[in-house]
Parts: sequence; structure tokens; C-alpha cells
Amino acid sequence: MKRLDRDKLITAVGAPVLAVLAALVLTSLIILISGKDPFRAYQVMIEFGTTDRSAVYIVNKSTMFFLSALAVAIGFRMNLFNIGVDGQYRIAAFFAAAVGGALSLPGLIQIPLIILVAMGVGAIWAGIAGVLRTTRGVSEVITTIMLNSIAGAVIGYYLTAGRLGEKDGNLTHTPNIPESSHIFMFGTSVGDINGFVVFAVLAGFLYWFVLNRTRFGFDLRSVGRSETAAAASGVDVKRMIVTSMVLSGAVAGLVGMPTLLGESYNYGTDFPLGVGFTGIAIALLGRNHPVGIALGALLWAFLERTGTQLEFEGYDQKIVEVIKGIIVLCVVIAYEVVRRWALRDQQRRVGEELARAGSNDKAEVGA
Amino acid sequence: MCAITAPSSSSTAAGPPPGTAAVELHGITKRFPGVVANHDIDITVRRGTVHALVGENGAGKSTLMKILYGMQKPDEGTITLDGEPVTFHSPADAIGRGIGMVHQHFMLADNLTVLENTVLGSEKLHGIGDGARTKIMELSAAYGLGIRPDVLVEDLGVADRQRVEILKVLYRGARTLILDEPTAVLVPQEVDALFDNLRGLKAEGLTVLFISHKLGEVLAVADDITVIRRGTTVASVKPADVTSKQLAELMVGSELPTPETRESTVTDVPMLRVSGLHLSAVDADGVPREVLDRISFTIHKGEVLGIAGVEGNGQSELVEAVMGLRDPDGGSIVLDGADISHAATRTRREGGIGYIPEDRQRHGLLLEAPLWENRILGHTTERPNSRGALLDTSAARKDTRRIVEEYDVRTPGIDVTAASLSGGNQQKLIVGREMSHRPKLLIAAHPTRGVDVGAQAEIWEQIREARREGLAVLLISADLDELIGLSDTLRVMYRGRLVADADPAAITPEELGSAMTGAASGHLEDGPADGATGGATGGATGGAATDTDDGQGGGRTR
Repeated sequence: MKRLDRDKLITAVGAPVLAVLAALVLTSLIILISGKDPFRAYQVMIEFGTTDRSAVYIVNKSTMFFLSALAVAIGFRMNLFNIGVDGQYRIAAFFAAAVGGALSLPGLIQIPLIILVAMGVGAIWAGIAGVLRTTRGVSEVITTIMLNSIAGAVIGYYLTAGRLGEKDGNLTHTPNIPESSHIFMFGTSVGDINGFVVFAVLAGFLYWFVLNRTRFGFDLRSVGRSETAAAASGVDVKRMIVTSMVLSGAVAGLVGMPTLLGESYNYGTDFPLGVGFTGIAIALLGRNHPVGIALGALLWAFLERTGTQLEFEGYDQKIVEVIKGIIVLCVVIAYEVVRRWALRDQQRRVGEELARAGSNDKAEVGA
Repeated sequence: MCAITAPSSSSTAAGPPPGTAAVELHGITKRFPGVVANHDIDITVRRGTVHALVGENGAGKSTLMKILYGMQKPDEGTITLDGEPVTFHSPADAIGRGIGMVHQHFMLADNLTVLENTVLGSEKLHGIGDGARTKIMELSAAYGLGIRPDVLVEDLGVADRQRVEILKVLYRGARTLILDEPTAVLVPQEVDALFDNLRGLKAEGLTVLFISHKLGEVLAVADDITVIRRGTTVASVKPADVTSKQLAELMVGSELPTPETRESTVTDVPMLRVSGLHLSAVDADGVPREVLDRISFTIHKGEVLGIAGVEGNGQSELVEAVMGLRDPDGGSIVLDGADISHAATRTRREGGIGYIPEDRQRHGLLLEAPLWENRILGHTTERPNSRGALLDTSAARKDTRRIVEEYDVRTPGIDVTAASLSGGNQQKLIVGREMSHRPKLLIAAHPTRGVDVGAQAEIWEQIREARREGLAVLLISADLDELIGLSDTLRVMYRGRLVADADPAAITPEELGSAMTGAASGHLEDGPADGATGGATGGATGGAATDTDDGQGGGRTR
């Protein structure tokens, strides 16, 4: 038991440490090659990234990243590659904003309503891919990425003045949601922390609990590990594919909520884009574990925040993009290396048992 | 990927001094989880002979051949070719030294011609045009292979494909050929033709290493026989000096476990009643086929119904229909009074069906999950695994420890992944899991395939014990002795139909084998007196020595 605990610890901590070290070495080299001082860059990033104002920014930003990665991770646990989180959260936020802008109910009713609409639209959008996969055998990679474009087109169609949008200077956006529907904020001296972070934490806990502690979660994970074994064990694989896509889409629907309910109060042409793809990288970083995803989301937000500051200091801002890429690669490689090492180690120990039994056989055969 | 180098002509042309062994393996040890480890293997193969390597499923024959072919590196021991020690890092090395392998599963591209398949990956040897064609025809004529170079492989039968595999190996300059269970896919006439080819190769001075567990064939063709048991070589004999009975004893060891269960526990309470079951499916060629045709049988409490048949005659589909993995077109399945013809798999499992699947790695286990999660698999909704909608992980873990203990699963703990266990131990875990839920009906498909002798005896004992307590068992097996020994009733399946039935107390494996080829139908009567004793008494050939008879090899339908 002790031994296995140690193994678990090594896999859990060893891989990220290895990855971060490797990423640091590689980025240092790249900054050096570009003719700049890497340590100065790190110093700038740490100094600027740890200011209070930055901390608020990072927490708010990572809430969105976290939810996006969670949506992707649900698919990953099923062996489904939901690339469509991006389209799902945008179309979800758009219709939620339209509904929110059209109504003026008390906040206690309207906020949950907006969130439910978003989750429902996200679920339907992702569900299309699930249904196509089970009924027509179309890969969800293809359908979700195409649904991203379709989502963009649908939004583009409705987001015009006279349909669901209204013109506001250069921008077009949906009508603002009433003030009663603004989400609560944790005020600090340097800015507000979006109250939606509470829902994000809750979503993370639910994700962990449902997957690891319920029968449904076990069924879902078993399909991810082996469809054939899951089917033989009594899981309705097709239904599970649709269900998990729907769940993934529903969580994706939450991604746009912090912005809609706490920042922009409408869906306009300037609504954040591409968060769904960021989620894929962060889900990989966090190994589909909510704590890992949370750390990954914070790291990502930190890098985004400090990248702008680097530009002021004469570094190319794109260097941060390079760092991100390197980190993802390093993490994926490090996890794989550590996983293989752990498996070999495990097999070696089982092999030792076998060999012990084997040598007994030899003695018996010889007799 | 294929770094195949042309064999240097000097190494083969120079020729070894006469009397030197073509291949000598000494002290080979390989610890490899997942299969039985090889240890202290000693084999000497004389040049220009057919050397057979016999042993049970899972005895370690294939691992050993992979070592000789460079696919695995031994942990200890030496390989000597023509008196010269060698180390192989890859099959390319082995090919370079004149060793060729004909795999059990053919590795041919269906949409290419024989010629194209032959030169594929070895274009440097004789080009891809007339040079290659000349060489192929030369080889074909020299060894009597009867090759037609321009035919598409997809138009060839199994035996012809096998000859193309042999040709491929020869084309690459092999002087020593390894054939892994070459007769498993052939009908008897084809086996004879293959053996003629092997004798032809031998006459030309080539060496053949022939892996099999069919003793009759081995005795017919081999010059030397090495017996491998539980990963080690236990004897080297000449065919003239042994009978197939003695060989079987060598293969399974002295303590012959027998699957025999004679005192009947059959009751007259029906547990599973299948009537008029019908299933049609579209096969690989797009032709609709009746895979199950009017299947009817009843299994009573305490009864083991054995289904004999050459693989691919509908047994897997029957199991899947009973498990709910395939929806039958017609007929009904009634379990303990409840109609489950179209019920979901989970409903059936909860209703008391235990399942030991044919392919445990694909259907019975989550290989990358720890043992305790595998204990939950298939019984998610049942105690002790869950309470209501929630998993009860601590109870499941505790129960996994009990299974590991009671069923003697050799593992360092319950947190290791299922993939790191050996096949036999994986199977013991599955049997333990299924038995723990006290099933009413157990579907056991090849329950002891690839399992070592000890585990085999334990699994039989488990089935027998549960049967005494009223378990109904549907047993599918390719091991005729297992079928005869465990079953209370035997049915023969052929092309999707139950064509014959037999009394296991009165039938021999030989008779059963010929019925499986479709040669007999109806009730199989007691055979000729001289043949009637062997299998039925579970005597020398034992349960473990699979396919030891000559009559059973044929009848493969394609």
C-alpha cells in the first residue's frame, strides 16, 4: 500500500514538476536566441503577475478557462474529442443574452433562467454531434468543428439590428440584460472578483464527484477505457455517447456566463472568442482532473496577464504564446513518460511475482 | 519502418560445417508480464529437419519464437545460429541472418497481387518487375508451392495465402522458417498439402520450426519434438519414441487435471430456455448470412450445456444474443421465467447472468483500470459495488481483496492495472467477480483458454461447485476434453445451427470432432468400441491437452 501511495505521488507531482522544469529550460533558450535576457523576463512576469490587480484579473480570467477545460475534459474521459466547446459556449451565451435582454424578471429567477438557457443551448449544440456519431457514425471531431462555424454563422445572422441585435456605435450587441440580473461580485480595493467563480468551483466539485463516486460516472469512464468491455458490462454505449456530449455541451454553456452576467451584460461582436480551444490545452495540462485543470487555468491566465507587460519591457509579446505551446508539449510528454515508467515499474513487480511462481514450477517439473 | 537488408550471400553460401545445429537456444529466460515467462529454455534444432515445438496454450511457445525472431529480447540466455552466437535487436536482424517467420495471422495486403505482396518491403532484392517474377517462379518450382503471381490475394483461399506467406519468407532468403500454429486455419487436406511443402523445404536443406499443440500432426511431420510447459522446456523426444498419449502427459505435467464431473446435478427446473432464436447479419463481404438459425435449447438448474463447434459457426453470436449485445430477429430467450429476448444487457446481468467472455481483454476487463475498478465492471448496480446511485468504493475494494485471496489471483495489490496481470490471473479475477454475484446462469466462453494448468483446474472446480448449487452453465469451448468433461449435455453447432447432440459420457473427442465438421447430425450414437474409452474417461490426454486428436483439425468454414 505504502509503495502504491508513493507511486501515485510520483505520477501526480513528478510529471508536472518535470514538465515545468523542461519548459523553463526551453523557453530560456528561445529567449536567449532572440537576444534577450530570459531571467529578466521571468522577473518581470513574476513581479507584475503577483500584484493585487493582476490577481483579480487572473482569477476572473481563469474562471472562464476552467469551465471550458471542464467541458472538454468530460469528453476526454469518454474518449470523445469535443473540439466544439468554442461554438457551444458562444451560441449558448448568445441565446442566453438574447433571452436575458428580452426579459426583466427578478434576479433570483432571471439569473438561473439565463444560465439554464445557456446550458440548454450548449447541450443541444453538442448533442447534435453526439446523435450524428451514434446514428450515422460521423466522428465527433468533424461534426463539432463544423458546428463551430455554423454557430458563428447563426450568431452572425441573428446579431444584426432588427433581428436580435441592436447597433451601438461600431458594435452590434444584444440588448443589455437588466441590472437585477447582474451577478454578485466580491469587491476588492483593486477590482471586483466575478461571483461566478463560486459556480465554477461547484461545477468542478460536481464533475469530480459524479465521475468518481457515482455509478453513472463509472459507466462513463468505462466506456472511455473500453467500449467493448463497457457494452458487455451492460452500459448502453450509444446512449452514453449522447449523454456525455450533452453534459459536455451544458458545461460549455457556462463558459460565457461570467462575462455575460458580470462584465459585458450583453453578447456583442466583441464577446471573447477562442476560449473553447484554450480549454483543450488546459484539459490536457490538468489531466482531466479538476484540481489540475484549476491550476492549469490559473497558469494560463497568469501567462496572458503577464504577456502584455512583457511587451512594455521590450520583449515580443508573442513569446508568451511560445511559452504556452512549450508548456503544453512538455506536460503531455512528461505525463506520458511518467505513465510509462509507472506501468513498467508495475509490470516489473507483477513479473517478479510470476518469476517466483515460475521458479517453483521449474523445481516441480525437474522433480 | 522496414529496414530489411538483403541477406549477405556470403553468410549463407559459405555454409556451416555439417553436424552443427542450425539454431541453438540455451538458457533463454524472459520475464514478461501478461504471458507466461520463459525460463531456462534449451532447444537444439538440427539443420535440414522439421522441429516441432509443442505445448499448451499459454505455455510460452509464441514468446519463445518472438525471441528467436528478434521481436523480443531475452533477459538471459544465448541464441546460436550455425555455431555462431547472435543478438537480435529487431526482426530485420533475424531476417538478415536467414530466419523467417510465418505468423498465425496472415499479414498480407488483400488488394495487392501475390507478386506485389511478396516484394513489398524487399524491393531492393530483385526489383519489382521481371527479376522478382523470375525469382518467385524459381522458388515456387523448387518447393512445389504452386504460386500464381498475378492473382489478387483477396481471391485466394486460406491455404494459398499461407503459401504466399511462406514464399515471402523464402524470397527474403530465409534458411530457417518458423511456422506459428500453421494448421490452425486449415482443413485436413490442406494440412496434408502443407506437410508435403514442409518436407520439400527440408529436402532442400532448409530448417523448419513448427509450433503446434495438435499432437497428431506433430507426430506425423516432425523429426524432433521439444515439449514446452509453463514457460520452460521439459523434454526433447523423437516422434518414433513416443505416443501421442505420452506427449500429452509431457505437455500438461504428471498431475493431469481432468474436467470430469460425473455425478449428475441436473434438475428438471428450466433456467434458460432459448427457442427458435434467429439472427442474420451482413458479413465482411456485404452478403447477408444467417448466423443463428432456429436455435432452441433449454438449460436446467445444475446443468452444464456444452456447445461444440469449429470457431466461427455462430457460437460467439449465440453468446452475444443471450447477453443482449445483439438483438435477435426472431425467437425468444427466457431466463428463469422472465422473457429477456430484447432486454438490455444490464437488465440481464442484474437478472442473474454471469459472463466469462471469449476475449477477456476486450470484453471482460478495463485494462488500464486498477483491479478494484475491474471488480465493479459489469456489476455496477449491485452490492457491494454501489448503494443507490453512488459507488461504494471501500466495500468494492474490500471485496476485491477477498476475490484476490479466494481465487488466488497473483498480484502485488489491488491498485495495479489489470493489464499488468498475466492472462491466467486476469481470468481468475473475472471468474471470481462473476461467481461472487451468485449467478443463476453462467455463460462461459472458452473459460480456460490461454490459462495455465493450475488456474485451469481451479476454474473447473469453481464451475463444478457452483453447478452443484444449482447454477446453469452455457459452456462454449474449443477444448473438446473440457467440453466432454464438464458438460451434462452436448450440442454441436455448425453454420449457425445446432445440428447434433451427444451424451458426453459416451462420446469421444474424435467423434465430436467429426460432427463439428458437419459430417454427422442428429443424436450421435456411441462410437466403435475401441475408440470409446479415451476421451470419455478423461484419461491420459487429459482436459488440458487441447486438440490432441487428429480428427478435429478440419471443417473450418470460410
